[in-house]
Amino acid sequence: MDKMTTILQPDDATFPGVGGPAKSRSTRRVRGLSDRTIAWLFVAPTIALLLAINIFPLVWMIRLSFTSLNLSMSYLPLRFVGLDNFSDILNDEDVWIRLQTTAQFVIWSVALQVVIGFGLALLINRQFRGHSFWTTIILLPMMLSPAVVGNFWTLLLQPQIGPFNYVISLFTGVPPSSFSMTGQVSLAPWTIVLVDTWMWAPYVMLICLAGLRSIPDYIYEAAEVDRASPWRQFWSITLPMTVPFLMLAVLFRAIENFKMFDMVNLLTSGGPGSTTELVSITLKRAAFEKWRTGYSSALAIILFVTVFGAANIYVKALNKVKQR
Amino acid sequence: MSSSALAKAGVSRWFRRGPWEAGAMTLIGGGIVMLVQPWSIDLYSYSFVTILTGTVGYIIVSHFPE
Repeated sequence: MDKMTTILQPDDATFPGVGGPAKSRSTRRVRGLSDRTIAWLFVAPTIALLLAINIFPLVWMIRLSFTSLNLSMSYLPLRFVGLDNFSDILNDEDVWIRLQTTAQFVIWSVALQVVIGFGLALLINRQFRGHSFWTTIILLPMMLSPAVVGNFWTLLLQPQIGPFNYVISLFTGVPPSSFSMTGQVSLAPWTIVLVDTWMWAPYVMLICLAGLRSIPDYIYEAAEVDRASPWRQFWSITLPMTVPFLMLAVLFRAIENFKMFDMVNLLTSGGPGSTTELVSITLKRAAFEKWRTGYSSALAIILFVTVFGAANIYVKALNKVKQR
Repeated sequence: MSSSALAKAGVSRWFRRGPWEAGAMTLIGGGIVMLVQPWSIDLYSYSFVTILTGTVGYIIVSHFPE
């Protein structure tokens, strides 16, 4: 006890303001804070950060969408144009066609992902030798960054040196350099669907696997007692009980693919012409090539509201699955 | 039954979350279909208003009692 006193005494003597009555006052004040205040103190930096990097840009974008701002002519005074930008977009046939292209991409890629993902889940759900190894191998594409996937598929699909064309020529006999998967109008849309399916079918597989594993064994045992064939068991037990999970996968992938930008931009940049120009690429071009900031802000809001609306449905579906 | 209780029962009967949420979600879904359909530009023009109405409506009705 004496030892401690000797160690502490010099400190207190050196900083008289810290020790003594002042210290006890500050300690009392800290002790006096309510739990609620302390909670707010901890949460406040996060809220400030969220406001600065999420809410402020959103509010700023909403403001800009009502103006005629063009960043290539930013010296001009900012003019309030009301709903003109929205009206221009919603009467623009080009944007309408880009939205249709996006919808076709979403429908085909999600349909293929669901079929392949569900098939893979049915296979992986069985116990076999090397089960964990194959699961890891199947999951690899989904762990890659879309930028990496876009770059290496660009190399794979290269008509002169890419192996993809050589594999196709092995099966069809068509000369490898006679077609370009990313450069031909008829093939480019299927190419982006193919690459997206390759990357995200494993994700759908994971969701379906969760659904399959949630089905209790006794239901299958009861079906076998009733002499139901495997085909009958699939249609009457497996599929109906996995449907909520499938719906979840469809909604999630549809929302993600509606926003798709990076991979398609790297693979085709929206080309050839505008065959694979998804609406997110149109938005990028309006904002950073034509510098129509007001117009592109309005388009961004339209897309945001659409995705937000779809996300509400997604959350509702998620809650239903949770209740199961 | 008192008049206030009757009024409460009427209000809770009309403002149940389930059907209103279903209606709002139908609006959102319909609006998205209108946005991407390839047949009519008029439908496309009114799609955003439909989605916005559905989304705002969903936010409001999700606070209704079960």
